[in-house]
Amino acid sequence: MVKSSFIKPCKKNILYKLIFKEINDLVLDSIPIVSILSFFIGGVVSIQMALNLESPLLSKTLIGFATRQSVILEFAPTFISIIMAGKVGSYITSSIGTMRVTEQIDALEVMGINSLNYLVFPKIIAMLMYPFIITFSMFLGLLGGLLAMTLTGVPSEAYIQGIQMDFDIFHVTYSYIKTLVFSFILATVPAFHGFYMKGGALDVGKASTQSFYWTSIIIIIVNYIITQLLLS
Amino acid sequence: MIEIKNIFKSFGSSEVLIDISAKFERGKTNLIIGQSGSGKTVLLKCLLGLYVTDNGELIYDNIYSSRMNDEEKINIKKEMGMVFQGSALFDSMTVLENVRFPLDMLTKYSEREKNEIALKFIDRVNLNDAINKLPSEISGGMQKRVGIARAIVLNPKYLFCDEPNSGLDPKTAIVIDNLIQEITKEYNITTVINSHDMNSVIEIGENIIFLKKGIKLWQGNNKEILNSKNKEVEDFVYSSELVKKLRKN
Repeated sequence: MVKSSFIKPCKKNILYKLIFKEINDLVLDSIPIVSILSFFIGGVVSIQMALNLESPLLSKTLIGFATRQSVILEFAPTFISIIMAGKVGSYITSSIGTMRVTEQIDALEVMGINSLNYLVFPKIIAMLMYPFIITFSMFLGLLGGLLAMTLTGVPSEAYIQGIQMDFDIFHVTYSYIKTLVFSFILATVPAFHGFYMKGGALDVGKASTQSFYWTSIIIIIVNYIITQLLLS
Repeated sequence: MIEIKNIFKSFGSSEVLIDISAKFERGKTNLIIGQSGSGKTVLLKCLLGLYVTDNGELIYDNIYSSRMNDEEKINIKKEMGMVFQGSALFDSMTVLENVRFPLDMLTKYSEREKNEIALKFIDRVNLNDAINKLPSEISGGMQKRVGIARAIVLNPKYLFCDEPNSGLDPKTAIVIDNLIQEITKEYNITTVINSHDMNSVIEIGENIIFLKKGIKLWQGNNKEILNSKNKEVEDFVYSSELVKKLRKN
């Protein structure tokens, strides 16, 4: 499927339009949900860290440090990707699946248009913007943590110092490598479930559920493999 | 003209088309009729190249499909137009954008030329008032007419219609049938229509093929079908009690 989506491309001007539309639908439209989740989960993570680091022997900077590590290494790239498997994945599966059920994909094929290139390729390219969302999520997660600590009474200087403590740029690189792999999974697995679905309107819903199920599982397994390869 | 010779098609162990040969003539409305499950849609999809036949030959104006390379197959598809049972219009596009779509995708006309051509065909199917409406905002009959306009906007040699009047009231169904027949004559197209609607058969059936369980049982025209002595055809044509009574009278 992926190979076929790269061959027999549509006209350039049409592809550009489709890619920009997909960037809007898949990436920009996801910013509100990602913002809310990141901000509040960042806050919750920092409160839980503070709860577990109550000993006076432990520095308060450790709260910022632990929050940063959780957000950058795992929460932003993986947790948000699972959320996106539901939001973006079900959108991709249901929109392509509905086109399959209503014979719109057949209409494209009859016209001699490579339907995979028309429908799937722009989504793969648009999802290359996905790291932008994850960057946003990292920033808001840390900001949420800062706000939660300020409200809890932990000095913000200690939290900010903690965020900067023992910073390893490779952790961010690792996070972005994961994000790029997840973006490809998020575009292709749901597209596969939508494109090759059979049946009627009810089956579109079933395909969306299956798509979320498999996308989440693949993300979790790939997350483990990448972590094993890069961090162990 | 399209000629098919000894077509076989099966899905797993189920044989859907068995040794079908027929000719679909240019400038005529050719109908494939039969009950549900008789293989009409599969035959149409084979003609469209959406299904590959197991055996047999499809010949488009003396060009054999088996001898076509990939580029020739794409080119022959560009000569085809299709009206789908459910219209298959793109939901997010207006009527004008739907009709313009094949021009956008497959031609190098300027924006102005594409609009002019699309509007000409929209006018041909009498939908001037609906050009900026979405498919969800127009009736089923209007959607079918948009589907017809989209199918003929590239001036195809071959027009395929899959049950074009299903789900329509009898009056609108006749309008759609007549529109397809007029367009077939006007543009001298080889039109192949799948139908199980007897009104269509009687109104526009210039060349009719009757299928049952994947086998071609009869071929003729709308006058001959009413007097056919073939029992299977007779059962199909006079399946309604009302038509039986009208025949007796």
